[in-house]
Amino acid sequence: MNRPFRYKQLIQLILAHFRQIIREPAVLFWGIIFPILMSLGLGIAFTKKADVFRDVAWIETQKAQASSQPVSVILTFLETHHAKAEKDKEGAVNYRITIPDDKLGNTTFTFRIMDWQKAMVLLKRGNLTMIIGETNGQIDYHFDPLNPDAQLIYLKLSNLFNHPSVLQRSSNASIKPLTVTGTRYVDFLVPGLIAMGVMMSIMWGVSYEIIDNRAKKLLRRMVATPMKKSHYLIALITVRLGMNFVESGLLFLFTWLAFGIKVQGSVPALLTIFMAGNFAFAGIAIFMSSHTAKTEIGNGLINLVSMPMMVLSGIFFSYHNFPEWSSSIIQKFPLTMLADGVRSVFIEGAGFAEITVPSLILAGTGIVFFVAGLKIFRWH
Amino acid sequence: MFPEDPVIEVKNVVKSFKTVQAIRGIDLRIFQGQFVALLGPNGAGKTTLVEMIEGIQKPDQGEIFILGKKWRGNEDELRNVIGLSLQETRFIDKLTVRETVKLFASFFELNDTRVEEIIFVVGLEEKRKSYVVNLSSGQRQRLALGVALLNDPKILLLDEPTTGLDPNARREIWAILQGLKERSQTSLILTTHYMEEAEKLCDHIVIIDNGLILKEGTLKELVGAANQDQTENGHTMKVNNLDDLFTVLTGRYLHE
Repeated sequence: MNRPFRYKQLIQLILAHFRQIIREPAVLFWGIIFPILMSLGLGIAFTKKADVFRDVAWIETQKAQASSQPVSVILTFLETHHAKAEKDKEGAVNYRITIPDDKLGNTTFTFRIMDWQKAMVLLKRGNLTMIIGETNGQIDYHFDPLNPDAQLIYLKLSNLFNHPSVLQRSSNASIKPLTVTGTRYVDFLVPGLIAMGVMMSIMWGVSYEIIDNRAKKLLRRMVATPMKKSHYLIALITVRLGMNFVESGLLFLFTWLAFGIKVQGSVPALLTIFMAGNFAFAGIAIFMSSHTAKTEIGNGLINLVSMPMMVLSGIFFSYHNFPEWSSSIIQKFPLTMLADGVRSVFIEGAGFAEITVPSLILAGTGIVFFVAGLKIFRWH
Repeated sequence: MFPEDPVIEVKNVVKSFKTVQAIRGIDLRIFQGQFVALLGPNGAGKTTLVEMIEGIQKPDQGEIFILGKKWRGNEDELRNVIGLSLQETRFIDKLTVRETVKLFASFFELNDTRVEEIIFVVGLEEKRKSYVVNLSSGQRQRLALGVALLNDPKILLLDEPTTGLDPNARREIWAILQGLKERSQTSLILTTHYMEEAEKLCDHIVIIDNGLILKEGTLKELVGAANQDQTENGHTMKVNNLDDLFTVLTGRYLHE
């Protein structure tokens, strides 16, 4: 009677978990549709050339001077270069000028004349990031030097005022766009989204499911029968693994159709690191859910694990932007290893030689956490 | 009336949780086919006693035998002969009644015929394809009872099976259990707050408070003995039912 493997139990448990997932539309949305929408949104945002429109506050003292005599260097510049003057809703005159760029997209600045107080209000509201004025014929730029958008506006504006020839440029011939597969942002993004999907799917699908079943005493009810406890966990992980294949496959299919994403390296190597990542997070999920019967605590534990990795592991932007000392720590996170591994196969043409070590570490991580989790696991 | 060997034997069991002594030395023998009610207020120790019989809690002291066997080393065998229904169990919301019963049937390696039988026994034929989440509380409790009966258990443990149900739903559960009593040799341990439930279903009543058995016996024996005590002690209050009996024994009401 005490057989180690009872296939009927396992099949019914797998079916139960699978039905539970596919009958919950929200799960399908967050698991399949949301990552696709994210790849679409970010892919388009960072792949297509987009025109930029920015408002710049122009301090009113300059207007007063301008109204009597055009001594303002800014006004002189705008009038000389045929900036379009138009009145806004409040009747104030704004000047609009466009820097054409066939590679980066056109940049249109609207110079809005206002007093310092109003400019500060709009800056605080986030309606604008740059205030300009002038002192003794010199243009002053007031902005937060730590704000990347303000930095970019400063560079473009100062370049405009110093080199007005950019207004007549028909083609930005100095820029040679890299659009081959593997060098675009979307090529960087999609492997990261796949890795993040694996983590989130398992952390919520396994960890939360166990805690929820413990909270509603379903675990206790199940272990009061001859159900093999291992079969319950195997079924849960198997269903998640299957769902992760489907979710990642659909994401890849969509981005292949929409952006021409390709796997440049070894597909078996990709499957290996993918499986290893699933094992790692399955082990972590079992460990995190091993004890608590409160879903509120479960939420906190899952976020404690997943949020830092989601932010730091280089899913959306490279973790090399963080301080150098932190990179060696971040590289040891399971999500970083999985994302780097998947990314290396996708865009660097990596094979088993490159992913064997991270795959073994990920699988080992999963085993260690799984065993530790089972040691302290509470079934009721 | 009952065979000599008890199906459940609890010997001088003691159980504490941190600073609380939940069970303070209980002896209990339950025989084949006997329906036993464990009566007591919240915190009396009923659930702890049932959990120890069920094998998920270990006594600090004393021994428990199920069909003459201890839990240790016999878990798989004993889980096959016990049926259990908890007050608060919630099954998987988006499984149908049939899928839920089939899932639990697979744990006992039972076939589809048994699944259909149980759905019929608990009167959920028309709800066979309904999701659990769409069942009323009474129907959910009937489902839980059906799952507990799947393996035709020798011992059935029901922890407050009708708490929170309306009178109709409660009577439906009682009807299922009365049917079980008539046609099987299953022994039942039922914890309840409801005197009427204990009186209607059980032939042996155990009154527990503060981790101790205060009295046990049939309803007739308990009421008779209590009235005799009342007379001997010069009290005028007559004991007519379990409510009165509990008040006489503890000075409190059962629902306190």
